[in-house]
Amino acid sequence: MILLWGSNAREAHPIFFHHMLKAIHAGAHMFVVDPRRTTSAQWADTWLGLNVGSDIALANAMAREIVHAGLHNREFIARGTEGFEAYVAALEPYTLERGEQLSGIPADVIKDVAHTYARAERAQICWTLGITEHHNAVDNVLALINLALLTGHVGRYGSGLNPLRGQNNVQGGGDMGAIPNRLPGFQDLETDPEAVAKFERVWDTKLEPHYGLHMTEMFEAMERGDLTTLFVLGENPVQSDADAHHVKKLLGDLEHFVVQDIFLTATAQMADVVLPASASWAEAEGTVTNSERRVQRCRKALDPPGQARDDTRILVDLAARLGHEWHYESSEEIWNELRSLAPNHAGMSYRRLEELGGIQWPCFDEETLEPTFLHGRLWEQPLEGPPAMFHVVEDDPPVDELTKEFPLRLTTGRRLDSFNTGVQTGGYNSPLRRPEELELSTTDAAELGVTDGDRVRITSRNGEVVAPVRVDHGLRPGLAFMTLHFPDEVETNVLTINNTDPKSGTAEFKATAIRVEPLAPGEPVDASDAADPATHVAQPR
Amino acid sequence: MDIVLHKDEPSAGERDAVDAVLGPPDSRWVGALTTSDRDRRVARGGHAARAERHLLLPVLHAVQSRAGWISPGALNYICQRLTIPPAEAYGVATFYALFSLEPQPPVVAHICTDIACMAGGAKQLCGDLEARIGTKGGQHGSNGDGPGEDPIWLESPCLGMCEMAPVAMVTMAGEEPREVSLGHADADDIATLLAGGDIPPPIAPKVPQAGDPGLRLLRRVGLVDPSSVDSYRAHGGYEALRAAFDMGEQGVLREVGDAKLLGRGGAAFPTARKWEVVAAHPTRPHYLICNADESEPGTFKDRLLLEQDPFCVIEAMTIAGFATGCEQGYLYLRGEYPLAWERLVGAVTEARARGFLGQDILGRGINFDIELRKGAGAYICGEETALLNSIEGYRGEPRNKPPFPVEHGLFDKPTVMNNVETLVNVPGIVLDGGQAYARIGTGDSAGTRLFCLSGRVERPGLYEVPFGVTLREVLDMAGGVIDGRPLRAILLGGAAGRFVTPHELDVEMSFEATREAGASMGSGVVMVVDDTVDLPAILMRIAAFFRDESCGKCTPCRVGTVRQEEALARLINGHPRDTREQEFALLDEITASMRDSSICGLGQTAADAIESALRKLDVFETGGQR
Repeated sequence: MILLWGSNAREAHPIFFHHMLKAIHAGAHMFVVDPRRTTSAQWADTWLGLNVGSDIALANAMAREIVHAGLHNREFIARGTEGFEAYVAALEPYTLERGEQLSGIPADVIKDVAHTYARAERAQICWTLGITEHHNAVDNVLALINLALLTGHVGRYGSGLNPLRGQNNVQGGGDMGAIPNRLPGFQDLETDPEAVAKFERVWDTKLEPHYGLHMTEMFEAMERGDLTTLFVLGENPVQSDADAHHVKKLLGDLEHFVVQDIFLTATAQMADVVLPASASWAEAEGTVTNSERRVQRCRKALDPPGQARDDTRILVDLAARLGHEWHYESSEEIWNELRSLAPNHAGMSYRRLEELGGIQWPCFDEETLEPTFLHGRLWEQPLEGPPAMFHVVEDDPPVDELTKEFPLRLTTGRRLDSFNTGVQTGGYNSPLRRPEELELSTTDAAELGVTDGDRVRITSRNGEVVAPVRVDHGLRPGLAFMTLHFPDEVETNVLTINNTDPKSGTAEFKATAIRVEPLAPGEPVDASDAADPATHVAQPR
Repeated sequence: MDIVLHKDEPSAGERDAVDAVLGPPDSRWVGALTTSDRDRRVARGGHAARAERHLLLPVLHAVQSRAGWISPGALNYICQRLTIPPAEAYGVATFYALFSLEPQPPVVAHICTDIACMAGGAKQLCGDLEARIGTKGGQHGSNGDGPGEDPIWLESPCLGMCEMAPVAMVTMAGEEPREVSLGHADADDIATLLAGGDIPPPIAPKVPQAGDPGLRLLRRVGLVDPSSVDSYRAHGGYEALRAAFDMGEQGVLREVGDAKLLGRGGAAFPTARKWEVVAAHPTRPHYLICNADESEPGTFKDRLLLEQDPFCVIEAMTIAGFATGCEQGYLYLRGEYPLAWERLVGAVTEARARGFLGQDILGRGINFDIELRKGAGAYICGEETALLNSIEGYRGEPRNKPPFPVEHGLFDKPTVMNNVETLVNVPGIVLDGGQAYARIGTGDSAGTRLFCLSGRVERPGLYEVPFGVTLREVLDMAGGVIDGRPLRAILLGGAAGRFVTPHELDVEMSFEATREAGASMGSGVVMVVDDTVDLPAILMRIAAFFRDESCGKCTPCRVGTVRQEEALARLINGHPRDTREQEFALLDEITASMRDSSICGLGQTAADAIESALRKLDVFETGGQR
């Protein structure tokens, strides 16, 4: 059984979804939890159209039902977990009826999905940004983890928890230490002095044993004036982050701003220095790590165009200017250093990666391979390492409340043929491509007196934009949808508010309160929000 | 599913027709006209919806017979109901000749212009119709409009009523759709019917031996009331089922094995071998299919059995289901048999009501039921794996074999599939014992055989004879060539069979002897050709038939049937490309390619009749062969 939660993998993870389809054709049942009946949901045995931001209420109601029906995995809970009693006590108010009231999902359907999940021989929960782009993102994830722990659907072949990564190498970025609190191989910068000492030896330098800032905190630091120099690699925060106006202002106030990218993005256009980089695909040697933690070799076939250079060479030269002489002859040499420092990658020599067509971490030595799934240790007796914790999490609706003034709930997402802000996809034609539109339910469109193609003003507590309407029969009244693929046409993220989860730093892109008004004929569009046709045409994106 | 629907809506009538098969839609997501609160929160689909795919063919029939054609709006609604991508549903609907995806008037006469009817006056009939009601397909408006509401007539491949040539089938769509076959049809009768006249009663079955106590398969024909299970029982019906239950599954398998029963659909495969594999297969459920898609031109034996003794087919299927562990049977009838359909629907309903089908049959704790499925005009669906695809709601294209249906058949489950005549042998085998049965006929061909005599013969009709009689004896039973005219050839085995010459009449009618003689009994077709018949025209009709009926899945058949027709046309028109010898060489090459590399029997035999005619008969009256 597949429980796809807050994910439109059919469009946002099309290759991964092919693997899901294989399972579905082999008999797997799929339940899709999403406010919209997406193209993924159309493949589901059951679609559950919950209220935006009511994920915890739904998960808790499922959990309570599982416990009350006696379908929880007592053996696994006793062996491998902690905190069950407190968790169960906290679940008690989440009756099916309350679950229905909070999430909008009929009680019998909550019961059905709970029983199906708990009884399944193998069950996976897969999620993406519908879970994490909320002000309580971490709690949302914990609510799903609780379900897996409750039923023992973790640490076994075919069962597990599967956050679908947004890009081919997001996993690799984290694995290599491009996160504020960990060194490569997830070794903790503050709590693991031995690891820090190991890195200091090899790198011949002193490391600051303090966590760095994540992106949201960096913007806060810019606002305070504590952060005045910024080096951005392969990100386009001007168009991808919530509250676009604010982001632009902060970046404009920086003393020094460097962007390294393969495209002259809207962000790069604001930089003092732009370092043209190589594409990691086909223009560089190295590895990428995909969603299932599989490290794969990628090879250089072409020289990067013009003055673009390999990212590694740029970084090595930058280090030299900053007084550090790094000597790497090849990407393999860098990789072997990583293997010597990150035990979970130790066994992955280039030779072996090539032989096996990729290896999943952990891989501790060159002789063995570990199981393809994680957390198998939780089933071992006696338990080695810490038990898995249940976390008490409570329903916590979106911050941006619906009121008379802002009566519609805007949620954002992706479409099949575009990728994020369109930097990498906008330059290609697609027969499916549609311009940015505000998707409205039939009822709301009728009430507003608008129909397909009519331009409307969309106002949130944060800003306003103008976009054409598209009536979507699949949306329920009160729900509206936009993508962020065409920031030059409609800057959707002008609307989204910057309510971030204090634990993860992710913004609540998925739940904005808006008001929609038809534009009067001939009414001018506010210049600051309008597309700039010149830049739209001129730039590759 | 990734279903993108265009905006066409079904009419109320089309909606009703679909809902009559599927029940009303339970949510907006599958086409309900209103959106409930629940629809905004929940949608069901997935495996449960896709499992309904096998209802596609019945639903298409429902719409066709309601509206006379399948409109884009109706197809849209069907796709929504069954979660089928529209392109796929379109592919299925267009596969069948009896479905129209273009506007068509509600009343259509289908005139058989296939080989037997051609020898029996079809050309004259078409000419008369043209004079009476206009050109074939109706008058299209100058602005490209459809033919309007006035009845039209169309040409059809063999309608399976060759003993009553020429024949027609009239379909009348509407709220109470009707279909009727007309034997010995003339333009007046058809015009009267098209104008709304009464449906004439069916012609008495042409079974000249009827009442002969020596008959096994036809023994009840003409004596039993096909609408009454009591009448059937009064004539010995359901004795065999009791006997089968008494001897147990293994007992039935043993008797059928001892009987050396070979399949009568054309391939002559040992029936017991199929049954044993399915009976022993651990995968459940098992399915039984009665192949009544009798479409071989010249064949009408199964039709007569189903029309005249439907309960016998039901009893035989029940015995077969019992012996092979099937609780669900399907009977797939070709779409051009309205009377057989009507009688089967009645018989299955009555058998069910009287406890001969369903749960706990005869109070013996045995369950078996039959679902009836109607084809829609596709010769290829008589091929067993194409028939499986057709039932499952896909285009009726054959599957690659292996795996064979006995292991991976209907819905990928072990499946027994037998021809109607094969099954009708079973009750007799159970009652008399397999060894007694095996003593009838010849050593390798046990039992009796049905022969469909048609064409230029004195008494056309269905005949039953023990294996081993000669072709001459069969011909004599039917009174020989009409008016004592000289025999030119006999097409033995149908369009997929071969021509035999007057010198070969002493060939023994058994599987082994015909095989040795380079002929084939096939489905039991004996079509008589005398000196009045336009033989080249018959060959062209055969070539056109295979070109039209080739499903297109495999290249040798798809291309070969077209090239064969073209080469034959050039020869007949007297304009060979280069020389006649080169055309013959080309035909030989096409024949070899189709025979060796087509994936199913259609392509493998598509050249047989033409090749045999060119080799053995003086087709072009040049005073020699080829």
